[in-house]
Amino acid sequence: MAHKRREMLIDPLVDNNPITLQVLGICSALAVTSSLQVAFVMALAVTLVTAFSSMFISMIRSQIPGSIRIIVQMVIIASLVIVVDQLLKAFAFEISKTLSVFVGLIITNCIVMGRAEAFAMKNPPFESFIDGIGNGLGYGLILMLVGVVRELFGSGSLFGFTILETVNNGGWYVPNGLLLLPPSAFFIIGLLIWAFRSWKPEQVEEREYKIQTVETH
Amino acid sequence: MGLRSFFDRVEPHFVKGGKWERYFPVYEMVESFLYTPKTVTTVAPHARSYIDMKRIMTYVVIATIPCILMALYNTGYQTNRAIAEFGASGWRTAVIETLGIGFDATNPLANMLHGLLYFLPIYITTLVAGGIAEVIFATVRKHEVNEGFLVTSMLYALIVPATTPLWQVALGILFGVVIGKEVFGGTGKNFLNPALTGRAFLYFAYPAQMSGDSVWVPVDGYTGATALAVSASDGFQELAARGMTWWDSFLGFIPGSMGETSTLACAIGLVFLLATRIANYRMVVGCMAGMMAFSLLLNWIGSSSNPMFAMPWYWHLVTGGFAFGLVFMVTEPVSGAHTNMGRYVYGALIGVMVVLIRVLNPAFPEGMMLAILFGNVFAPLIDYFVVQANIKRRSKRNG
Repeated sequence: MAHKRREMLIDPLVDNNPITLQVLGICSALAVTSSLQVAFVMALAVTLVTAFSSMFISMIRSQIPGSIRIIVQMVIIASLVIVVDQLLKAFAFEISKTLSVFVGLIITNCIVMGRAEAFAMKNPPFESFIDGIGNGLGYGLILMLVGVVRELFGSGSLFGFTILETVNNGGWYVPNGLLLLPPSAFFIIGLLIWAFRSWKPEQVEEREYKIQTVETH
Repeated sequence: MGLRSFFDRVEPHFVKGGKWERYFPVYEMVESFLYTPKTVTTVAPHARSYIDMKRIMTYVVIATIPCILMALYNTGYQTNRAIAEFGASGWRTAVIETLGIGFDATNPLANMLHGLLYFLPIYITTLVAGGIAEVIFATVRKHEVNEGFLVTSMLYALIVPATTPLWQVALGILFGVVIGKEVFGGTGKNFLNPALTGRAFLYFAYPAQMSGDSVWVPVDGYTGATALAVSASDGFQELAARGMTWWDSFLGFIPGSMGETSTLACAIGLVFLLATRIANYRMVVGCMAGMMAFSLLLNWIGSSSNPMFAMPWYWHLVTGGFAFGLVFMVTEPVSGAHTNMGRYVYGALIGVMVVLIRVLNPAFPEGMMLAILFGNVFAPLIDYFVVQANIKRRSKRNG
């Protein structure tokens, strides 16, 4: 069992990553990755919400009537998100202002709902908790990778510390303004998916069409 | 036939089983650039024409020649004029002084030479950076490097400002070639125009070097707004006060990106492309009609706070990148619509969008680049509706 639990934690990092393989949670990945600090807090928040919501849902999974299970899941997830939101406002007000609506929108994050529906409804609480942590970490990993590229090349710093001195501050680096705009995360996530699938070809999906071969004469 | 026998001698090394088998695309590129391609479609239902891809691409490059000449002349002309006021500096000054030609703005030769010294570095950088990316993709993916890149690189070099730093030029074309074309499978499979994709990347990534008043003429301290920027802030009537007449604008003696200022040069290119039937006239007609209709509508509506509303269509035609985009980018066959009806709609959509962006969006004084990319994205949808309408019409007719 211990071996399986470790797998549950590690599997979503690369092999079954919620962003690059399942392509879930893209919206927040575009919005919050322009600085690493914000991306880190967001990843932490999503990890905690996924883990605890999976655990609580799993605890009452045999009591939930099938017809209203989505509503019950939403109530639990929403309560947890409110707790996280209030905690952020109390202890990290500046970051919570930058994150603005995106903390609230964790409720609709497909990763949280997906794990609740696909895993927590069928597995015991502890396993669900581990699975939530694992998926949160997978989400966080991509967020951090995108955040590193965007903050380093977009504003020349990492976690707010200057790495590449920008021209405006008397350095040599000309920051790339595109990386500060949300669409740039599309390109970076796309390139990441490309890199992941070149590294692990088994992730490549089959084509939906078939190229017909014509007999040559 | 010395060259041919050289190719015949080295070819066995590059074909399957040879020692440089992996570099076949490089060999194929050089060989098919000098001779006609050997591989032709052999399967049944194909009519064979002398217009192959190589000839299409070469014709487009030929069509840009008036624009290139104008790019050289106008860049030099604007620079020499500004130098008379602000003085010269940099390595180009040293080259020109060594040659003893001087900075006289009334001397065409001096203008051409000065323009060449700005255009050539940018063009060479484009060719090298983009070419390396093409060859890498061709080698890894085992497809051929084709002449499409010659067109892309030429168009790209013509639509950047003369002051663009060379590393930005390289970054832009890399983005255009890789993200705009190669990730979708290479030439013929790109749904966006690669040259414009690269230009758009630069526009959003480095707005300070790509827009504003001081980037168009490469002389320190000189600021010269483009015709569109002037019109956006003070109205097109103000252009005359700044010494820019409609004829200046039509002939191309105004500040702007290097190759796009002259409507006349673009028109010559257009005539050539239409005569050789590389460009489809339907897109051109659609785009002109859309632009004229929408600007007339805006003239009629009028606005007291936005002077751009009053800009007549013939000014829209000669300012900014409209003419260049219309001739060389709207008509690009791959990224545009593929049905005849769709081509009218596609052109009209771009024409309307250009005016819409120029007039109603204060953030972007120029709209041609964004309008064409927008049109590119919509082209498959337009085709889809045209095909569906056709199917519906025929099924109704045949019951």
